[in-house]
Amino acid sequence: MSTATRSLPRAIGAHAILLTYTAIALFPVVLVVMNSFKSRAGIFGAPLTPPTPKTFDLIGYTTVFGQGDFIHYFQNSLVVTVASLFFVLLFGAMAAFALSEYRFRGNTMMGLYLALGIMIPIRLGTVAILQLMVATGLVNSLTALILVYTAQGLPLAIFILSEFMKQVSSDLKNAGRIDGLSEYTIFFRLVLPLVRPSMATVAVFTMIPIWNDLWFPLILAPSEETKTVTLGAQLFLGQFVTNWNAILAALSLAILPVLILYVIFSRQLIRGITSGAVK
Amino acid sequence: MGSLKIENVKKAFGPIEVLKGIDLEVTDGEFVVFVGPSGCGKSTLLRVIAGLEDSTSGRVLIDGTDVSVTPPAKRGIAMVFQTYALYPHLTVKNNMALGLKQAGTPAAEIERRIKIASAMLSLEPYLERRPAELSGGQRQRVAIGRAVVREPKLFLFDEPLSNLDAALRVNTRLEIAQLHRRLKATMIYVTHDQVEAMTLADKIVVLNSGRIEQIGSPMELYNSPANEFVAGFIGSPKMNFIDGARLGETAKTIGVRPEHVTVDATSGAWKGTVVHAEHLGADTNLYLDCEKAGLITVRIFGVYNAEPGATLYATPDAAKTYRFGADGKVLR
Repeated sequence: MSTATRSLPRAIGAHAILLTYTAIALFPVVLVVMNSFKSRAGIFGAPLTPPTPKTFDLIGYTTVFGQGDFIHYFQNSLVVTVASLFFVLLFGAMAAFALSEYRFRGNTMMGLYLALGIMIPIRLGTVAILQLMVATGLVNSLTALILVYTAQGLPLAIFILSEFMKQVSSDLKNAGRIDGLSEYTIFFRLVLPLVRPSMATVAVFTMIPIWNDLWFPLILAPSEETKTVTLGAQLFLGQFVTNWNAILAALSLAILPVLILYVIFSRQLIRGITSGAVK
Repeated sequence: MGSLKIENVKKAFGPIEVLKGIDLEVTDGEFVVFVGPSGCGKSTLLRVIAGLEDSTSGRVLIDGTDVSVTPPAKRGIAMVFQTYALYPHLTVKNNMALGLKQAGTPAAEIERRIKIASAMLSLEPYLERRPAELSGGQRQRVAIGRAVVREPKLFLFDEPLSNLDAALRVNTRLEIAQLHRRLKATMIYVTHDQVEAMTLADKIVVLNSGRIEQIGSPMELYNSPANEFVAGFIGSPKMNFIDGARLGETAKTIGVRPEHVTVDATSGAWKGTVVHAEHLGADTNLYLDCEKAGLITVRIFGVYNAEPGATLYATPDAAKTYRFGADGKVLR
C-alpha cells in the first residue's frame, strides 16, 4: 500500500480528522433520531443512551400521525420545495445562459443586479412581501411561498451557473447553430447536460434552506391548509408543556425527504457522459 | 456550386476593430487557407462567413446570393471546429445525422449519405459509439464526417488539426487534401501553421491585424512576397532580415531565406561565428553571428558538421535576395 503519494501515517491522520468531524456533525442528528424512539421518561432519564427494550416507545410517532395532519404538512413542504427548486433551476439556468452567452448592452450590470440578492437577505423585505401578498390575495397559499423561495434562490443559482456556463465550449454551441438547432434546443440539449453537476450543486444549496425555513411559512402561510413540516412541528412546542416525543419524531421524519432529494442530486454530480465533447 | 465573395467586410468588437475591410473572392472548388499570427482576425473572418458572427459592415455572398442576414444553418455551409465540438450525448451516427434531420432530409437519404461519408473516413466500426469512446483523431474524423454528410457549398475548417499530435496531424492533413480532391468542393481553412497552409492550399490568404497582406498560390507567396510580413511568415525557418544600412544598401531591410545562403570555411561575403547548430538529418540549421549582418539562420541540405564557436563565411544568393522599403513593401 506504500506508493509515492500515500503513506500509512498520513492516511491514518487524514481519516482520524475526517472521522472526528463526521462524528461531531452527525452527533445531534443521531441524538434526535435515537430519542425519537424513546418514552418521555427515557428521554429525560438518559438522553445519550440508545433506546433499550425498557425505554423503547413509539409514542412520538403515533402522536405525530394522530394529532394534526402531518402527512398533509409533508405534502406541503414537498410541493413548495420541489416547485421552488424547479423554478430556481429553470430560470436560474436560463438567466445564466443569457448572461454568459450573449453580448448585449448592460450585460455586466444585469449580472451584478441579479447577484445583489446574494448579499441582501430576502427577509429584510418581509413587510413589503407580506403587503404584496395581501394585495394580490396570495396569503395562506403555497404559491406565495413558492414565489418567495424562487426569488430567494435565484441570485446564487445565477451566479454559480453563469460561471459554469462560460466554460461550456463555444464551438459546441456554434456547431449546433450550424446544424440548425434553435437557441432553446442548444440550451436544453447541449448546454444543460454539460452543466448538470453544477445544477446539482445549486439544487442542494437551494433545497435545504427552503425545506428548513420557518420564517416565511409562519408569516405568509400559517393556515392549517398550508402549513409546512417545520411549522407543523411547532404544534408540539407549547408555551408550558413541550411534547418532546412528538417533536423529535417529527424532526426525524423531516430529515427523510431532504435526504432522498440529496441522494438523487448527488448522483448527478458524477460526471458521466460529459467528457469527450471537446478535446 | 460553391463560390464565395466578400465585399469590404469590417468587424468591430466595441472600439476594437478586428477586421478592417476585407475583400476576397473564392471560386468554385478552390482550397483557400487563411493564415496569420494569432489575433490577426482569421477566425473572426471565418465566423463571419459562417454567420456565427455578424459583420459590422460589408457583404458576404455565397454563390452570388447575399447571405449577410441568413442564419448559419441556411447558408449551405458546414464547419469543422478545432475542439471537434461533437454532441456528447449522441452516437457517431446521430452526430452526423442531426443537421440533416433538422433540415428535414428523408431518413433513407440520411442513411445513404452517412454510409458514403463513413466509408470515406473509415468510420464504419464506430458508428454506434459515443464521442467519449473515441480517440482524438477519430473524433476529428467524425467532425469532418458531420460536415461531409451535409453536402455543403462551402466547407469551413477552423484550425482542425491544432488539437492533434504531430503524427496524426500529418495523416489528417493528407485526408483533408484527399477529401478535397474527391469532393471537388470549395474549402476554406484557417490555420496559424504556415506548413499546413503551404501543403493544402490552392490559394493562401495572409492576414495580419485585420487586413489582407497578400493573396496568392503557395509558390507565389514563397517566391515573390509582397512585403516584409509575408516574407517573414511564409517559409521555415523564418527569412533573415538584415538592416540595409549595415550592408551599405539603399533599401531599409534586406531579406534572404536561410536556404538561400551558402557557407564556406575559408571565404564569403559575411564572416561569422557559429552560435548554435541544429542537426535534423535531412538538413542542418546553423545560427551564425556575422560581423556585418548580425545573427542569421542558414539552412544547409544534408549533414554539415560545424561546432559552436567555429568561424564560417556566409554568402547570400544575390538572385534570391529581397529588398524592402521603409514601408515594408518589396522594392523592385
